[in-house]
Amino acid sequence: MYTQALNTREAIGPVEDPEHEARFQARVDGEEKVEPNDWMPEAYRRLLVRQISQHAHSEIVGMLPEGNWITRAPTLRRKAALLAKVQDEGGHGLYLYAAAETLDVSREELVEQLLAGKAKYSSIFNYPTLTWADIGAVGWLVDGAAIMNQIPLCRCSYGPYARAMIRICKEESFHQRQGYEIILTLSRGTAEQKAMAQGALNRWWWPSLMMFGPSDKESQHSDKSMRWKVKRFSNDELRQKFVDATVPQGLYLGLTFPDPELRFDEASGHWAFGAIDFDELRQVIAGNGPCNHERMKARRKAHDDGAWVREAALAYAEKRRSRRDTARAA
Amino acid sequence: MTTIIAADAPLVQYALRLADNALVLGHRLSEWCGHAPMLEEDIALANIALDLIGQARPLYAYAAELEGEGRNEDKLAYLRDASQYRNVLLVEQPNGDFAVTIVRQFLYAAFMAPFWRLLAGSRDATFAAIAAKAEKEAAYHLRHSAEWLIRLGDGTPESHARAQAALDELWMYTGELFEADAIERGLIERGVALDPQTLRPEWDETVDRVLGEATLKRPPDGWMQTGGRTGRHSEHLGFILADMQFLQRAYPGATW
Repeated sequence: MYTQALNTREAIGPVEDPEHEARFQARVDGEEKVEPNDWMPEAYRRLLVRQISQHAHSEIVGMLPEGNWITRAPTLRRKAALLAKVQDEGGHGLYLYAAAETLDVSREELVEQLLAGKAKYSSIFNYPTLTWADIGAVGWLVDGAAIMNQIPLCRCSYGPYARAMIRICKEESFHQRQGYEIILTLSRGTAEQKAMAQGALNRWWWPSLMMFGPSDKESQHSDKSMRWKVKRFSNDELRQKFVDATVPQGLYLGLTFPDPELRFDEASGHWAFGAIDFDELRQVIAGNGPCNHERMKARRKAHDDGAWVREAALAYAEKRRSRRDTARAA
Repeated sequence: MTTIIAADAPLVQYALRLADNALVLGHRLSEWCGHAPMLEEDIALANIALDLIGQARPLYAYAAELEGEGRNEDKLAYLRDASQYRNVLLVEQPNGDFAVTIVRQFLYAAFMAPFWRLLAGSRDATFAAIAAKAEKEAAYHLRHSAEWLIRLGDGTPESHARAQAALDELWMYTGELFEADAIERGLIERGVALDPQTLRPEWDETVDRVLGEATLKRPPDGWMQTGGRTGRHSEHLGFILADMQFLQRAYPGATW
């Protein structure tokens, strides 16, 4: 699923090595990919570790709200598709942790940070999936918003992240279409099903817009991220692209958006929308969303309950190694 | 219509038995998704669940076609009540800890891997085709669960104790795998179904070999639970269906 634009200001530190840094910047400017063994500024490495790990954590936590409906999916086809989708999210988490590991940090360390509450993940997953239509809305809106953010990341300057994103984007766009198709089916169904679809849109619309992060005006905007070609568009630019792409899709279904100020602006050719409640976003990021506690509790429980399994696998590997060594010595 | 009863023709019932086993176990495994001991297992268990649901679907479709009542895979899966389900009791047992899930999977896969391999030679072309695909999947499920069982059995004292406890708890559900009633015997004679007793030597051999490597003790064959084939289930199946069938029950006749 997705990481959010959680831009945090990090003062550009003292230049570690002006000569290397200049060469590095020239390579980035020339759209060359930076690879794990290449020289890179420490701040670049840290920025990427933070972003890639937040993205990986988001995939993993994102398995929970959708996993919530796997056992209740209404048909066998939907059940298989949803299970495959949530499995894909796990796969995305896996390649993203692997991409982060190329920057000299272990998956265990990153997972520890998540479980200790020190790492962020996308705030969208702190909202509950209350009806089957939410599974459609998550695919259509949340994955749709994620794609807007992620397509430019396929051109990110850091090679392993960019390559991971190419595959992830392909799968996400499939998920987005799948989600839209669920909403489409509901919106053409019974009155109860239409109400379900509308209810899900009402609940997920604003949180989806918040996925792009604070507005450019008040954003702790990272110049570095742009300069190093990790990020290529501002939060507001991406949010506008998402609104422009999504509103016609919703109107086509006969659904209404929970925003009385939403209107097409002929002059700019864009959909204008109302003010986003950034207080809500701040609250959810601060841990006060409807499901923050549950999500973290579920992750910690899985980790703690699985400790003995991971220990068993390690103990077995160790035994096997020592048996092999003994056999070799004999 | 809110609750249906499937036709009692032997072929329909045979298809439902195989389909229900696969769906119920697939459903159980899908409960792990997002909660497994490691990310690799979230993915692996989901994968096995997907294989099983994928086996169930053409079997339900075939049962529906044989019935000729205009039903489909979803009607058979979502509108039969627990007493109409024909799965063995083993597959509906709760996930428990990871050891219970692995032991349940291993005991089932050790039976199903040779089962599908032999059913691929069925005189019924549909069963043969479904079996040919399922055979490869079941071989992987067996390898996955056996590798884990060896690690749990021969891992730490805690994992060994948990694996042994799981084995002791689930053993009484293994006898049912080898039962054949009159419905199956007729089909066995026609070369359509398999006599499960013929799988016994291979199952014993697999179980003994893996338990040996896992340093686990094979429980004695005491009293064996039975009833799934006639719709007498454990209390657990009702809850599985309450979850699974909720939307179809709450909004009858809707298209999803």
